[in-house]
Amino acid sequence: MTMTAELQTAAYITAAVLFILSLGGLKDQESAKRGVWYGIVGMAIAIVATIWGPGVNIAAMSGGTATLLAIALAIGAVIGAIVAMRVEMTGMPQLVAALHSFVGLAAVLIGLNSDLTVNDLMGAEKIIHEVEVFLGVFIGAVTFTGSIVAFGKLAGKIGGKALILPMRHLWNVIIVVASVVLMVMYMQGAGSWTLYAMTVLALILGWHLVMAIGGADMPVVVSMLNSYSGWAAAATGFLLGNDLLIVTGALVGSSGAILSYIMCKAMNRQFLSVILGGFGGAKGPAMDIEGEMVPIDTDAVAAALDEADRIIIVPGYGMAVAQAQQAVSELTRRLRARGKEVRFGIHPVAGRLPGHMNVLLAEAKVPYDIVLEMDESNDDFPETDVVIVIGSNDIVNPAAQEDPNSPIAGMPVLEVWKAKQVFVMKRGQGTGYSGIENPLFYKENTRMFYGDAKASLDNLLTKVK
Amino acid sequence: MKIGAPKETFPGENRVAMTPNSARALQKLGHECIIQSGAGAAARFSDADYEAAGVKVVKTAAALWKEADIVVKVRPPRDATEEKRIRKGQTVISFFFPAQNEEQLARMKDIGATYIAMDMVPRISRAQKMDALSSMANIAGYRAVIEAGNNFGRFFTGQVTAAGKVPPAKVLVVGAGVAGLAAIGAATSLGAQVYAFDVRPEVAEQIESMGAEFVYLEFEDDQDGAETGGYAKPSSPEFLAKQLEKFRELAPDMDIVITTALIPGRPAPKLWTKDMVEMMKPGSVIVDLAAERGGNCDLTVPDKKIESDNGVTIIGYTDFPSRMATQASELYSTNIRHMIADLTPEKDGVIVHNMDDDVIRSATICREGEITFPPPPLKVQAIASKKPQAAPEKTPEEIAAEEAAAARKAGRQQIGLLVIGAALMALIGLYAPKEFMAHFIVFVLAVFVGFQVIWGVAHSLHTPLMAVTNAISGIIIVGALLQIGAGSWIITILATVSVLIATINIVGGFMVTRRMLQMFQKS
Repeated sequence: MTMTAELQTAAYITAAVLFILSLGGLKDQESAKRGVWYGIVGMAIAIVATIWGPGVNIAAMSGGTATLLAIALAIGAVIGAIVAMRVEMTGMPQLVAALHSFVGLAAVLIGLNSDLTVNDLMGAEKIIHEVEVFLGVFIGAVTFTGSIVAFGKLAGKIGGKALILPMRHLWNVIIVVASVVLMVMYMQGAGSWTLYAMTVLALILGWHLVMAIGGADMPVVVSMLNSYSGWAAAATGFLLGNDLLIVTGALVGSSGAILSYIMCKAMNRQFLSVILGGFGGAKGPAMDIEGEMVPIDTDAVAAALDEADRIIIVPGYGMAVAQAQQAVSELTRRLRARGKEVRFGIHPVAGRLPGHMNVLLAEAKVPYDIVLEMDESNDDFPETDVVIVIGSNDIVNPAAQEDPNSPIAGMPVLEVWKAKQVFVMKRGQGTGYSGIENPLFYKENTRMFYGDAKASLDNLLTKVK
Repeated sequence: MKIGAPKETFPGENRVAMTPNSARALQKLGHECIIQSGAGAAARFSDADYEAAGVKVVKTAAALWKEADIVVKVRPPRDATEEKRIRKGQTVISFFFPAQNEEQLARMKDIGATYIAMDMVPRISRAQKMDALSSMANIAGYRAVIEAGNNFGRFFTGQVTAAGKVPPAKVLVVGAGVAGLAAIGAATSLGAQVYAFDVRPEVAEQIESMGAEFVYLEFEDDQDGAETGGYAKPSSPEFLAKQLEKFRELAPDMDIVITTALIPGRPAPKLWTKDMVEMMKPGSVIVDLAAERGGNCDLTVPDKKIESDNGVTIIGYTDFPSRMATQASELYSTNIRHMIADLTPEKDGVIVHNMDDDVIRSATICREGEITFPPPPLKVQAIASKKPQAAPEKTPEEIAAEEAAAARKAGRQQIGLLVIGAALMALIGLYAPKEFMAHFIVFVLAVFVGFQVIWGVAHSLHTPLMAVTNAISGIIIVGALLQIGAGSWIITILATVSVLIATINIVGGFMVTRRMLQMFQKS
């Protein structure tokens, strides 16, 4: 049994529409659950239509190849399922980065295969095809190594610090220029080695690009790689003349691009400067900070929470590191049970992945309707009795608004200092990712609650009944 | 130093300037305390209480005045007998109202005493602890509501009972100073519906925070009555007229009116005229807290409770704090104690009369045979001067013009981009084959659809979005599938590897997305 090409195209159209609906469903939590099913059904239709369609025609396939295909699908499905079930929610950034690398690798392999396949294209078609092969492999390779480095950094296997090589921009430019030269040679018929050489260069480029970006810029990097993986798929679609690949790749590519844009906006950084790595230098001496950091103990925090009516919790990457979300959730539950208003203020770049904090809090069963975005909570701080900052630093740094010379000047921040009292949970007196002092810690209404966030919260839970 | 409190000689004055509690605190400052026998009796403090607190009780006023270095009192010396007891070099602390009491002040100067007037304590944050006017006003405001309730024939709170429905009492408080705010607080907590008026519009927030409704005047000019010291000054004639008009409008509805309007150094303004009283319902109550200075109501008789021809009770008592003597004495003696604490900086019982201190300087009205009233202006402003307006408010036309300009600019940019894009397309169209263009249109449209769809995604779902796009980008499996059956063994192996890892993406991506979304729970 085989499908006609027309029927296959019809199936592809259905799949494309389902993918669009799947992404569109993410506009709220409830429709998102349905949206995932649209995506799954769309994917199933696409795969079935391909396998039984004219391009592959499983019926005509030799038994060995078909078995090989079945085994590959089965192994992939099992690995995917295991990974999906095992992954900790704090490990989501790593998983996402790893999955990006797979798309990149697949794009590279398909591109190389395409070069190996004999074809009889002529003239403009041949040129276009060769450009497509080159582009597909290039984007795929950059995505592959870039994602692997991102994975390593997020998983803590590679240091989070930015690697700043001398003349790093020049190296990038040389690689891109060399790739273009190789492409021209390839089109002149210089042979497949030019393609392989370019693949190696692109792999190096991907590695270097992400190595130069520091840990806190990871949300941007991950969403950028997300975008690349989409473009890689789209390029492969052009290569194979497959519209479904093109549509899906374009959807994913633009999704990643928008996420990167939102993340950059939230950090008040230029996209280019994030991608090129390093951190923008200060434009003048930092403002002097007056006052001192005043520590506070568990009893005093418990007493303050006891009296407070309106509480906002501002979590950051530190909460994820300390795995404190369950304790936070329990604290929230107890405070809410006593009739207090508890809400969460989430900065767009809190954590290492867009929406990272939301997922962690959801995992710990914090109801999502009390988890607010930055703009929503900023209006509420002046009427808030207690703000608890858990493991975040730069996103609550008043220097962004007060000190024009600060490296993060102009970055939108959560204005926690406008609340009556602020408790900052922090491991030590060090500075945040950007390495700048945080005047919040020195403010009169701020108290430092030192210690590991999880241990401190567990202590606090014994006092807050 | 010996600090002594005589019995108040003013008829009906029940308060006392020293309580057992304040005496204990004064002794900690290194002072000795003495009290005239029976001085606290009217405020329910017995001589035994004082003795238990380590206070020496002396029989007569004469003996007390003789022994004490500092005499603390509530009221100024009443008559020649009391004045004669003051001796040169002695310090007296009490209310004095020097602006209205210039002759007596001159006599104090002639005696050579040092006089500290508690009513001259400036209204700045640091001095709040000794602001006796405020503590007394607080009591007066509370008591005014209680007196009103005592003379009012209905409930304050609205109730629906088996015996019928009771509407809530409507209370109007005129003047939202300390007394006014205290009255608002007491009346709202009794359940009344409270309206409040003040010439300073900035107190609207305080009024509303106490649970009352601020009565706004519809007035073109900006209502601005704030002056150094936190009191209102007489307003313009137009303002006054507007104000009276508003009161006339309210009068028939109000059950209880509490007036607290005072202007420093002037008679109380007449705000509740005879015709307003006539408009009120029989049984209504007016409490005039300004009675001592002539009253805010035309019909007020100081120190008396009267009833108007149409049955409106008008209370003009001037001794509200004294009617709650125990509470008033506790607060007043604490104010006095704080004043003495400031005069004893080393806590060693030695008085240092520091005339460079803003608070002490202002409160001291005569010293070492010289009159030191009125005090110089404060070094610290009581209320921060108004900030100049940052930028003139933009008119709606200007805003509209700006928006139009921004829209035009955005439009120009968009058109520019479209032109460049179209030129680029044309360039590609010139060289690319038909096949490519067919795919290209799909690509461009898909990018646009993607942009439109993704903008609608909730921020909190960005991680699920990434996971689901991960799964969807596993569609690259289609490419691998197309290659698997074609060509040499190496192509097949590479394609198989691609299929495998793309499957990981698809299955892993979708499953983890589902797992995440399942966790999002509504409360």
